[in-house]
Amino acid sequence: MKYVKPDSLHAASVLLAQETGTSRILAGGTDVLVQLRSEMVEPDLIVDLKQLDGLRDITAEAGGFRIGAAVSGAEMGEHADLCAAWPGVVEGVELIGSTQVQGRCTMVGNLCNGSPAADSVPGMVAANAVARIQGPDGERDCPVLDIPVGPGKTSLAKGEIITSIFLPARPANASDAYLRFIPRTEMDIAVSSAGVNLELDGAGTVIGARVALGAVAPTVRLVKDAGAALIGSRLDDAAIASMVGAVEAACSPIDDKRSTIEFRTKTAGVLAKRAALIAYERAGGTS
Amino acid sequence: MALDGNEKREFKVIGQRVNRPDGIDKVTGKALFGADLTAPGMLTGRILRSPHAHARIVSIDTSAALAMPGVKAVVTNADLAEPQDDFFRDIKDNVLARDKALYDGHAVAAVAATSRSAARAAIRAIKVEYEQLPHVTDVDDAMKADAPVVQAGRADESVPAGSSPNVTSHFEFGHGDLEAGFAKADTILERSFKTAATHQGYIEPHACLATLGHDGRGELWCCTQGQYNVRTICSQVCGIEATQLRVTASEIGGGFGGKTTCFIEPVALALARKSGKPVKIVMSREEVFRASGPTVSSSSDVKIGMTKDGRITAAQAKLRYQGGAFPCGTVEFGAQAAFAAYDLDAVQTLGWNVLTNRPKEVAYRAPGAPMAIYAVESVVDELCQELGLDPLDVRLKNAARKGTLASYGPTFNDIGLVATLEAAKAHPHYGAPLGENQGRGLSCGFWFNFGGNTCVSLNINHDGTVGVVEGNPDIGGSRASISMMAAEELGIGYDKVRTVITDTNSLGFNDVTDGSRVTFAVGLATIEAARAAIREMCKRAAQIWGIDAEAVVWEDGAAKPSGPNAGDHPPMTLAEIAAVMDNTGGPIAGHHEVNADGAGVSFGVHLVDTEVDTETGATKILRYTVFQDAGKAIHPDYVEGQMQGGAVQGIGWALNEEYIYGEDGRLQNAGFLDYRVPVASDLPEIETVILEIPNPGHPYGVRGVGETPIVPPLAALSNAVSRAANVRMHELPMSPPRLLKAMSER
Amino acid sequence: MKNTHVTTTVNGDAVEFICEPDETLLDALRNRLGLTGAKEGCGTGDCGACSVNLNGRLVCSCLVLAAEAEGAQVETIEGMADGEALHPLQRIFIEKAALQCGICTPGILVAAKALLEKNPDPSETEIRYWLAGNLCRCTGYDKIIKAVQAAAAEMRSA
Repeated sequence: MKYVKPDSLHAASVLLAQETGTSRILAGGTDVLVQLRSEMVEPDLIVDLKQLDGLRDITAEAGGFRIGAAVSGAEMGEHADLCAAWPGVVEGVELIGSTQVQGRCTMVGNLCNGSPAADSVPGMVAANAVARIQGPDGERDCPVLDIPVGPGKTSLAKGEIITSIFLPARPANASDAYLRFIPRTEMDIAVSSAGVNLELDGAGTVIGARVALGAVAPTVRLVKDAGAALIGSRLDDAAIASMVGAVEAACSPIDDKRSTIEFRTKTAGVLAKRAALIAYERAGGTS
Repeated sequence: MALDGNEKREFKVIGQRVNRPDGIDKVTGKALFGADLTAPGMLTGRILRSPHAHARIVSIDTSAALAMPGVKAVVTNADLAEPQDDFFRDIKDNVLARDKALYDGHAVAAVAATSRSAARAAIRAIKVEYEQLPHVTDVDDAMKADAPVVQAGRADESVPAGSSPNVTSHFEFGHGDLEAGFAKADTILERSFKTAATHQGYIEPHACLATLGHDGRGELWCCTQGQYNVRTICSQVCGIEATQLRVTASEIGGGFGGKTTCFIEPVALALARKSGKPVKIVMSREEVFRASGPTVSSSSDVKIGMTKDGRITAAQAKLRYQGGAFPCGTVEFGAQAAFAAYDLDAVQTLGWNVLTNRPKEVAYRAPGAPMAIYAVESVVDELCQELGLDPLDVRLKNAARKGTLASYGPTFNDIGLVATLEAAKAHPHYGAPLGENQGRGLSCGFWFNFGGNTCVSLNINHDGTVGVVEGNPDIGGSRASISMMAAEELGIGYDKVRTVITDTNSLGFNDVTDGSRVTFAVGLATIEAARAAIREMCKRAAQIWGIDAEAVVWEDGAAKPSGPNAGDHPPMTLAEIAAVMDNTGGPIAGHHEVNADGAGVSFGVHLVDTEVDTETGATKILRYTVFQDAGKAIHPDYVEGQMQGGAVQGIGWALNEEYIYGEDGRLQNAGFLDYRVPVASDLPEIETVILEIPNPGHPYGVRGVGETPIVPPLAALSNAVSRAANVRMHELPMSPPRLLKAMSER
Repeated sequence: MKNTHVTTTVNGDAVEFICEPDETLLDALRNRLGLTGAKEGCGTGDCGACSVNLNGRLVCSCLVLAAEAEGAQVETIEGMADGEALHPLQRIFIEKAALQCGICTPGILVAAKALLEKNPDPSETEIRYWLAGNLCRCTGYDKIIKAVQAAAAEMRSA
């Protein structure tokens, strides 16, 4: 195994593209090191990116935020403006692992690990976040929604590196929330989860809504019907019930050691409901 | 050794909350645990484990591994000795499989190499040919006539004819006329229960460092609850004379019963013998879960009859425990403990131990009792609900007390159950209001406690300090309590005593740290050793004063002339006698060797309030109070610590912890991510109330306290959740999917 | 595997070591530098027994490659006391019996110190959540939480 700290993103991308064996990108390392220790993978190449310029920065851009790929969960939680604008995204990131893991884990790593239960991804998808990708031949942008393609799999080509995540500008009266269900209060992988991002008009009526679910399908799922069910409402019981119905219909989970199909489906609806109510209140709505 | 007559004794040291002597080492990182020792030229040992739940080992080819660079030794079962006794042969065949891999994770071969990467490569180069066999992991399935046979011919004479070959032993306890008893009942409930296997979950994985030279002399450093037991096992399994194997116990990072046997030590010794170099083996957490000793899983039926006013007329329990791939005796404890809290005219408990393709169970804190008492206390609670009775009043009405014929045979002496129940009833917790979706549960708990083989030396030093040498690893502050008892008895300050835990060649045999025995038995032996030293010091003072030794008494840390000589000489302190001991006959020491009996049984009562989330099945613990009879709390902080720690392990057992096996018979959750022990944020404060009903079998009245507190939480939680969710739960853990499903079906 | 040379700072002292490239910081601390205070309870970041401070952040040293420590500042339990003087958390853990077996204690102390540096007056709930990644199987956490509260109070009044 080679451990390399390249001096540019382009160099990193070329290294990864040229590696004939197994490679892993290291930023926070909280997934890669677990895979190493459990001997799930034995990479021939590890490319450490976190020392590269810009990758540890949170910067204001076009009214929104660009978050570098090596920014840790703890750093996001300490960024007051980011927390005010995107509380749901940040709370999703902050649920990854323990305090210790928060000191290292990154939103991009969580995304690229490809777990359907990744805590930061429903929030990003609900936020319509966009990933910036460095490849051997240049840069491109891609919605976060389109990055995961299956458990442990992403749409990234060989040599491609996500370098940052862009969270768009926030209109007035908008906010988001993320909730997950776990058996304990901490330290578990999400059994089901929901991120809800709402925009209201001045009267508190929902004019924009995105609902994303985790751990109930092979990838994090954006449920357009669930968002549509909320639009035009002030989150009355009927709108919520309709949204919950859409959420449950969108679930295609599995039975495994962590839970059951039935439980995941039921709690996804419960969490979407609760997250929607939190997001609504954060956006200034009073139902 | 009986309770001292002067029950109103004013203790000076006992009951204080002193700093533990090993505290600074443990808060600064200096304390050396199992994996913390290294030796020059040390090799890394690693174990190859079966990926199959049940398979015949057709062949093992280690030649490629042995030929690899850095690989110094490879061992299999054939490299171990041939113990004649079944008990030791089972350990041998568990630490390295003989002809069959009996469970997922069963050790098959091991290597020693110069680096971790070389050991890893060597493990992969060992070629094992397996012939897979049908497997069984569930206790009820294993008892069926057509179940896969885990090991043939292991049933003992107690097993009824016609049983599944997987049933290895059967027990029956009780007294009275059951039929007549049930006939007197106004209500009879019969319920069936299941509990999952759980793991002790000690944070320190098993670790050892072994050397075994060409001179046949071995040194073994390991984390264990009993270095003498390790010596006995390794001597048998590796064929070493006991005296040639010196075992030193490291600091131990938790055990809870799980470190009362061997998994890696004989393997490390075999590798060390073959390689001629020190070999260190440290289990990974995955190995700990797959291949150490979890507790049994259980299936049970309990039938209890009760009158309208809450008197139990008859009670019966049928308990089926699977203890993994080797015979175990755990159901006997369950069958004995099930109804221990009750004074019953008619009671019967039946138990079956069953083999499955799982790792061999090992003791876990009050082994066998929690699952039996869970079932009993659940049925008692449901009867109380059905009859509209107060569950504490019903326990009080039926409580075992002094003179009660226990369901398992003996007649109880002084016991603290009634006092404990009364304390719970009087506590503000019991009457506190409850909100919506909240419920309160309670359960009694019981453990026998144990004394056992114990050997202590107590040495008087020239400067007036005292060294105590004992042989039981300090698992939760016992050095402090032993030092306290020595100081109390000698009449000197706690800071003048230092207690060390020694190796197997420096002190006589000691049983393992189990059965909540250390404060009781080692304490008792320490007090007796101190008394022996006191007798000698009185003799030395008498010699100096020129009076009869019988005319000297020991008071407040000094010898004093008594009787006709009283006042003739000023008292001579321990330090003064010690300073001149070279001139009065030489070194002064006290010893005591005993196979201690008289360990008083211990009862506890737990109260818990829970709130259930009716939409998700999540359970939140709102309030928790533990009441327990400690006999005499030597160091109250560490008594409370046992009560709190046991309660929280029981909470984990009740709510989330379980061994999950797939259809393929492989363990699916071999890590702390999915084997979910409670974390700090899951819990409220654990309040404690210590009762002190002296044990007549100890000079200060000590009872063991360590095990009882894991017993009540299972039923206390189940009763609280069942009341909060308005649906009766019959299976542990009450994980959210299980509880939500039960609520949806109510 | 070709070994890697690492120059780093541990508890204020410059140190160097050679390690395999896939070796963790925990392994390097324990096996290369002889600092065995950090423990491996799981190797997967689930127990916190290996907690250390890396460049001012609380981390699990089992989830850090040793090679990543190049040029870093590492603080371990061995550096927590100031010579003979224990940190208040260390002293109060002994006084309040906040340890039984002691295997989780170094990690919990390192984590609690990081908490109190960030938040000198945490609530009980904040302490419990901050320490949720530090498993303790002996104590039920009760005396640990109370010791952290007591140390925080003492440090605030100092």
